[in-house]
Amino acid sequence: MSDWLELDAVAWRARATQGGAALCAGVDASLAAIASLDGQVQAFAVNLADSARERARALAQRLDAGEIPGPLFGVPIALKANMCLEGVETHCGSKLLKGYAPPYSATFVQRVIDAGAIPVGMTHMDEFAMGSSSENSAYETPRNPWDLSRTPGGSSGGSAAAVASCMVPLALGSDTGGSVRQPASFCGLFGLKPSYGRVSRYGLVAFGSSLDAVSPLARSVRDIEQLLFVISGADPRDATCCDLPALEPGSGDPPEATSLRIGVPAEYFGAGIEQGVRETALAALAELKKLGAELVPVDLPHTSYAIPTYYVVATAEASSNLARFDGVAFGQRASGDGSLQGMFAATREAGFGEEVKRRVLLGTYVLSAGYHDKWYGRAQRVRTLLRQDFERAFEKVDLIAGPTSPTTAFRLGERNSDPLAMYQADACTVPTSLAGLPAMSLPVGFTAAADGTQLPVGLQLIAPALEEARILRLAALLERATGAGSQRPPLAAGEFS
Amino acid sequence: MSPLRPDGDDWIFEASGTRWVPVIGLEVHAQLATRTKFLCPCAYEAGAQPNTQVCPVCTGQPGALPQLNAEAIKLAVRAALALGCDVAPRSKFDRKNYFYCDIPKNYQITQYDQPYCTGGGIRLASGRFVRLNRIHLEEDAGKAIHDRGDVTLVDLNRAGVPLIESVTEADLQTPEDAAAYLTALREILIYTGASSADMEKGEFRCDVNISVHPEGEEWRTKVEIKNLNSFSNVQAAIRYEVPRQILAWESPDPADHPVQETRLYDVAAGVTRSMRKKEGEADYRYFPDPDLPPILVPAAFIERQRSLLPELPAARRERYQRDLGLSEYDAGVLTLQRAVADFFEATARLSGQPKEACNWITNELLRALSGDEIEATCIDELRLKPFDLSELLGLLAAGKVGGGAARQIFSLMLTSGRAAGEILVDLGLEQIDDEEQLSEWCREALAGRASVAAEVRAGNLKAIGALMGPVMAASGGKANPTRVRELLLRLIHDAD
Repeated sequence: MSDWLELDAVAWRARATQGGAALCAGVDASLAAIASLDGQVQAFAVNLADSARERARALAQRLDAGEIPGPLFGVPIALKANMCLEGVETHCGSKLLKGYAPPYSATFVQRVIDAGAIPVGMTHMDEFAMGSSSENSAYETPRNPWDLSRTPGGSSGGSAAAVASCMVPLALGSDTGGSVRQPASFCGLFGLKPSYGRVSRYGLVAFGSSLDAVSPLARSVRDIEQLLFVISGADPRDATCCDLPALEPGSGDPPEATSLRIGVPAEYFGAGIEQGVRETALAALAELKKLGAELVPVDLPHTSYAIPTYYVVATAEASSNLARFDGVAFGQRASGDGSLQGMFAATREAGFGEEVKRRVLLGTYVLSAGYHDKWYGRAQRVRTLLRQDFERAFEKVDLIAGPTSPTTAFRLGERNSDPLAMYQADACTVPTSLAGLPAMSLPVGFTAAADGTQLPVGLQLIAPALEEARILRLAALLERATGAGSQRPPLAAGEFS
Repeated sequence: MSPLRPDGDDWIFEASGTRWVPVIGLEVHAQLATRTKFLCPCAYEAGAQPNTQVCPVCTGQPGALPQLNAEAIKLAVRAALALGCDVAPRSKFDRKNYFYCDIPKNYQITQYDQPYCTGGGIRLASGRFVRLNRIHLEEDAGKAIHDRGDVTLVDLNRAGVPLIESVTEADLQTPEDAAAYLTALREILIYTGASSADMEKGEFRCDVNISVHPEGEEWRTKVEIKNLNSFSNVQAAIRYEVPRQILAWESPDPADHPVQETRLYDVAAGVTRSMRKKEGEADYRYFPDPDLPPILVPAAFIERQRSLLPELPAARRERYQRDLGLSEYDAGVLTLQRAVADFFEATARLSGQPKEACNWITNELLRALSGDEIEATCIDELRLKPFDLSELLGLLAAGKVGGGAARQIFSLMLTSGRAAGEILVDLGLEQIDDEEQLSEWCREALAGRASVAAEVRAGNLKAIGALMGPVMAASGGKANPTRVRELLLRLIHDAD
């Protein structure tokens, strides 16, 4: 059974579609790995073993009856706990939403299921996706499979930990300011935040509506490509979703890198970037050069404004998006003094964690009369400047590369007391979120932590809007040339034998 | 009630030597007549079981997103064009954030600083022009029901229904102005098909802003009055509120002066009562809704909608009087509903007899619709079509049928939907013109009524009625009365 776990999704599907029995065996292998490992990793908030087995049996029957299998047929997948799957608890890491089960499924969840994937569980996350370590949660904190004392990153930490520990080959996370790319970097995975509008948001519980991106996590480039193909494409239920067909997976071998010009922004290699991270990222760039790419210095002069801008825009939107959690219709209720306003206040006081309260207050403040233009208005103008930074850079280069995160995975609890330090974890990822650009973190090597633990380092590739294919082709090239992302944490390797 | 009375038609009030001028503005929420809601595909029909017309979007489920209904934009644009507004080529949606249990997202999707149209207005019959400041699109809230014991119940059927909110400048001064404006606005919305504007169903809701100031001085604090569910309540509320404010200003104690607040009109007591005092402007933390891209309205779309606009009621009334010679009263009755006016115009055109068409529609048809002999309650539900009525008018004009028989045929047409000519033949109601037959009945009538004949001969033509009656009776009402009269006169004079 366990030799399933090493497979990426494409290989998994190939094996599962050999016959119904194989398909069920694969799902059982994934469920067994969850049973065996998740006590330590704590990736999953909701275990869907029963419905997964049932779905596997149904798919097996359809397969044996001669149905042509979809692109993810029989592949177990983990979903982040802010994604709507009809009838399944979607608590978003919040005490307030404990017990809330949506009456509908997200467009992307339905597409994944229609493609034959089998959801095996909902994963832990920072409450309402607000955080960079998955510790801001009313539930368990997921662990980094490379070192269980460390964070898998956040907010999609549970999804990343589930894939890195090989409990599943695929997962979906959501990336608002880096919430998939940073966990991918910390866990040695591929994690792609698609262009804003590439994937429908319908059914993703909103945090920052103008930033949120449903994002695949996987252990191979081709898996990312496959999952993106399944979830992307126009959706009448999301007015911000581009009216474009799904992004087809590229065919054949990746092209040569000789024609590619890769921009290297000094701003992404400056102070605050750990030595080991910088060196590993530079080594990856050197590898790209060796493959024939041309490295070109580019300027992204407004980069330092990205974090403050992000924390104005995202919190403003969040303060409004989270207003509906008031005790009336969703999740938990505290009655307070018995009045309507009293119930609202008591529910939110008891139901939200500290970080969510901090951001709702911040967002409420920046939108309030008299401050609106000073904060929200100005942030929107800076956002335009950030977008223009990228537009100018992309006049000279095809892609931009730099570290995904300034650091490797830090220890759990290490940054809890300092929210501003935690916010810096997003320094390299929020500019692309604000600009709506596609960006992927890919595993390019390891560096030793102070205690000697080898920890993964991610390289971020950024492309112009809707040019995900450029990123995927270069990533595939690097993957093939260097074997990037092929190493597994010892914890998972133990399950293979 | 206040002893204050307005001084003449201008509605200026004299009090302690000061001439007080009322300033009134109106805000109207009208429900657009779309088949489905504004931002989701739910159908909406007033009066359905609570929470049966809902979906993840209009119940504000986490993760659900709004989907704009293009039909709402179309209807809103039509209303704007009919009101002479400028439709913005680009406008956007904003979130108005406030907490209440009938608004499931705790924000309302509305338009704040870029409404889809501005300007325009309505010229009242009095000649006063009421300017519109703006009209914007927004979603309706659900309903919170507080009178069921300890709990508050929420019905979200209405949540997400499209509304247009039109806001006038403070161009009105009297209760009559307000009623005239609301009547005209409602009429235009119905004519353009933008709204059914049924007040009883809450499809047309009005708030009034009132302030008063001494003539020639600056305007003073305005008060908003809500809960006005009929035009007569709007007028009554204004009649109460204006003197109330004047007396309040007249008080020597500033604590008695009017404050910026929202008041509710208490229909039973006929007074306004303070609902909530505003501490400055409420902070709704408006910001552009990131879930909805801006609406772009191309010029070609606007022109197309303009070309589809029907002739509006005021213009029709004028034309009916000028070109068709109808009275002001009849023109008013015919244009009260667009369907009736359309029916009238078609009948007039087909028959070439506008006055007769008007008489039949205003007397017979509208009476039948308000009565219970037939099932139909509005003109569209009738089986009788303009062509059928014009056929009947043709039979009348050609003298093939008399007035009494025509009414009989008409009521059968209403109930059976059959053609006039057919009923006429079936019932043998054709008017009798046959000279010999008529002469025979006339001679019978004259026999034994020599005194009547003598009176007629003496010049009292009215007396002929006493002879007509027996002839008509003998013919079963079918004798052509014009011919009978002629024959009687001839016979009487021939006997000389």
